Amino acid sequence: MQEHDTSWVRTEMALAEPAPAGVRGPLAWVRQNLVGSVGDTILTILGIIIVAWVLPQVINWAFINAQWTGPDRSVCATVAQGGIQPDGWSGACWAFVNAKFGQFMFGTYPVEERWRPILVAVLLVALLVPMLIPRVPRKGLNAILLFLVLPVVSFFLLSGGAFGLTQVETSRWGGLLVTLSLSFVGIVVSLPLGTVLALGRRSKMPIVKMLCVIFIEFVRGIPLITVLFFASVMLPLFLPAGVTFDKFLRALIGVSLFAAAYMAEVIRGGLQAIPKGQYEGADSLGLGYWQKMGLIVLPQALKLVIPAIVNTFIGMFKDTSLVLIISIFDLLGVVKQNLSDANWATPQTAKSGLVFAAFVFWLFCFGMSRYSMYTERRLDTGYKR
Amino acid sequence: MASQEILREEPSGSFVNDPKIRSLFFQTLVVVLLFGSVWWIVQNVIDNLQRLHIASGFGFLKGRAGFDISDTPIAYTSDSTYGRAIIVGLINTIIVAVAGIITATIIGFVIGVGRLSQNWLIRKICTVYVEIFRNIPPLLVIFFWYSGVLAVLPAPRDSFHLPFGSYLNQRGFYFPRTVWGEGSWLMLVAFVVALAMAWFVAHKARQRQMATGQQFPVFWTSVALIVGLPLLAFVLGGMPLTFDFPKQSTFNLTGGFQIKPEFLSLYLALSCYTAAFIAEIVRAGIRGVSKGQTEAAAALGLRSSPILRLVVVPQAMRIVIPPMTSQYLNLTKNSSLAIAIGYPDLTATAGTVLNQTGQAVEGVLIMMIAYLILSLVTSAVMNVVNARMALVER
Repeated sequence: MQEHDTSWVRTEMALAEPAPAGVRGPLAWVRQNLVGSVGDTILTILGIIIVAWVLPQVINWAFINAQWTGPDRSVCATVAQGGIQPDGWSGACWAFVNAKFGQFMFGTYPVEERWRPILVAVLLVALLVPMLIPRVPRKGLNAILLFLVLPVVSFFLLSGGAFGLTQVETSRWGGLLVTLSLSFVGIVVSLPLGTVLALGRRSKMPIVKMLCVIFIEFVRGIPLITVLFFASVMLPLFLPAGVTFDKFLRALIGVSLFAAAYMAEVIRGGLQAIPKGQYEGADSLGLGYWQKMGLIVLPQALKLVIPAIVNTFIGMFKDTSLVLIISIFDLLGVVKQNLSDANWATPQTAKSGLVFAAFVFWLFCFGMSRYSMYTERRLDTGYKR
Repeated sequence: MASQEILREEPSGSFVNDPKIRSLFFQTLVVVLLFGSVWWIVQNVIDNLQRLHIASGFGFLKGRAGFDISDTPIAYTSDSTYGRAIIVGLINTIIVAVAGIITATIIGFVIGVGRLSQNWLIRKICTVYVEIFRNIPPLLVIFFWYSGVLAVLPAPRDSFHLPFGSYLNQRGFYFPRTVWGEGSWLMLVAFVVALAMAWFVAHKARQRQMATGQQFPVFWTSVALIVGLPLLAFVLGGMPLTFDFPKQSTFNLTGGFQIKPEFLSLYLALSCYTAAFIAEIVRAGIRGVSKGQTEAAAALGLRSSPILRLVVVPQAMRIVIPPMTSQYLNLTKNSSLAIAIGYPDLTATAGTVLNQTGQAVEGVLIMMIAYLILSLVTSAVMNVVNARMALVER
């Protein structure tokens, strides 16, 4: 064999060259993401102007100029308005939120009994957190405790009148307590009710199907306020004379029915996405209707629509604020009610109180949406269509 | 062998296991239960109404209303009937819903496209907007505009002066009212004629393009027609337009056209809130058009603007329209929150009527039916749009 001269072949690997300056590093990032073209540059300048105009104002208002503590309106009013602040001052009146914090959380729940809602909140967190962390075992027991035992225990704890606890009328409940209990009960009731309605809508029995369709489409076509009006003024007429039931309970019924109709449509979407083979496979195994749905179809269907279900929960959580129209005071209602307190009437009070309420609502809703995104990623088994 | 013997037997299951009979039985049960409870409820309602001495029926609509309404798009005084009060409310609902839908769509498109921008800063600003407004209740947004922003504006004496002789103060937004003089009907006629001509041009241009492939600048021709013809009529009619400017007196502004803060805050809040959802829908729609479509269009030699207009947007619209419809419906339904700040929409006026007359059943029924009809009309319109946009398959 002829010997080849291979001196032109490299004997060692060439080291990788650093990337050209134009495609890496902070400068290139700026070029690509901020000043890619003339239009882009204009947009960036516009954006910088917006941020430079808004952000300092917001920070100044919310933190630097804000008043954190104080006995009454004088700390949040300018001299001209009868306060101590210099004229032209503009800052958040967190002192107002600070002073009313107990009310914002519990409404007019008696102060010496407030350990009860706090205990319920602790129980809720203690049961909810392990439920949300996928690694914690015994999900079945946890779910039973959370969705069946907790509502009963909370009911007795909150309303009292048994086991030596003094009774607290629901008219004295308020604030975040009402917001959370309305939405929690709404969630616990609307999910199974919505599932039944969705199954009914896809049922082969014409009368059942028709009834479900009428209910779902009717409720989805009207605003929640009308449903609440219905629950507060019409429901009492439906009952025999002398039978009355609590306004809070009526609001609960209204919110739950409303949420159930939306939930039904979401779950129907999931049911439709399950291939026919799954239904037929269950039939061929000899499973009955409820076995087929409970063991084969619903577990897959519900998993598919978890994000949409959580979206419905978020919508419902936000919608609970509407109960203020039938004078039940949830978080927003209590804040709104306190805005008219003459002791705290300043131009900054309304903004501060509402921003606080917005922040609380935002925290819950944002948390829920992030958790649903996390679950979506975790459960993504690739079957999704 | 055993299995064959079983097969030969008559189906031995009792009729209890027959699915048809079961379904029949179950449905009968549902119907009986339903009629039973409806009968019970009706019985109770009749009893209760008799006990409270409330006459049922819709006769009360002819009674004198006796309450004032702050925004009246049609003639209304406290001497008008309850029926008219409810109609005023319905018109107010429609006004705020239509205005909100238009504004929310525009803001939503801008924000949605902004979230897909190449520009990092714009993308982040739009994301912050969406994440804020999606996660707080609409009622709170309304309150924020109403008591947080508009209520702390200066008193009429120190109103903000804005361009074109408009003013902004606690009592709302004032701008010059247009007063049309004699001969302005000519402009209206010209406008209608221009619309018809624009439609005709578009029709002819499409036919010609189908036949010969030649394009015709339909858009600019239509703009010229729709703007030009009424303008011509305006000049020919001797410019029959004057403005009634708002004038500042000691305590108030007089003249001009006033938009009350109730309407303004409801309209702004609904627009901002719904825009966040529309932005997400638009973003999903544009991302739903596969990249291959853009690349194929570029390979055909189209530039970026025709790619967007002819390839991406028509396909994105198909994804966007159905969820957009439900957002429009949501906005219409959310307009019922007007009651919280005292804007006299349908829920507010019907609620007042309900409280004054005690006709709970009829009042709630009127509200429900009115909203159902509004929802159905919106869905019907959007279905027509959707049918035009939908993929025509062979």
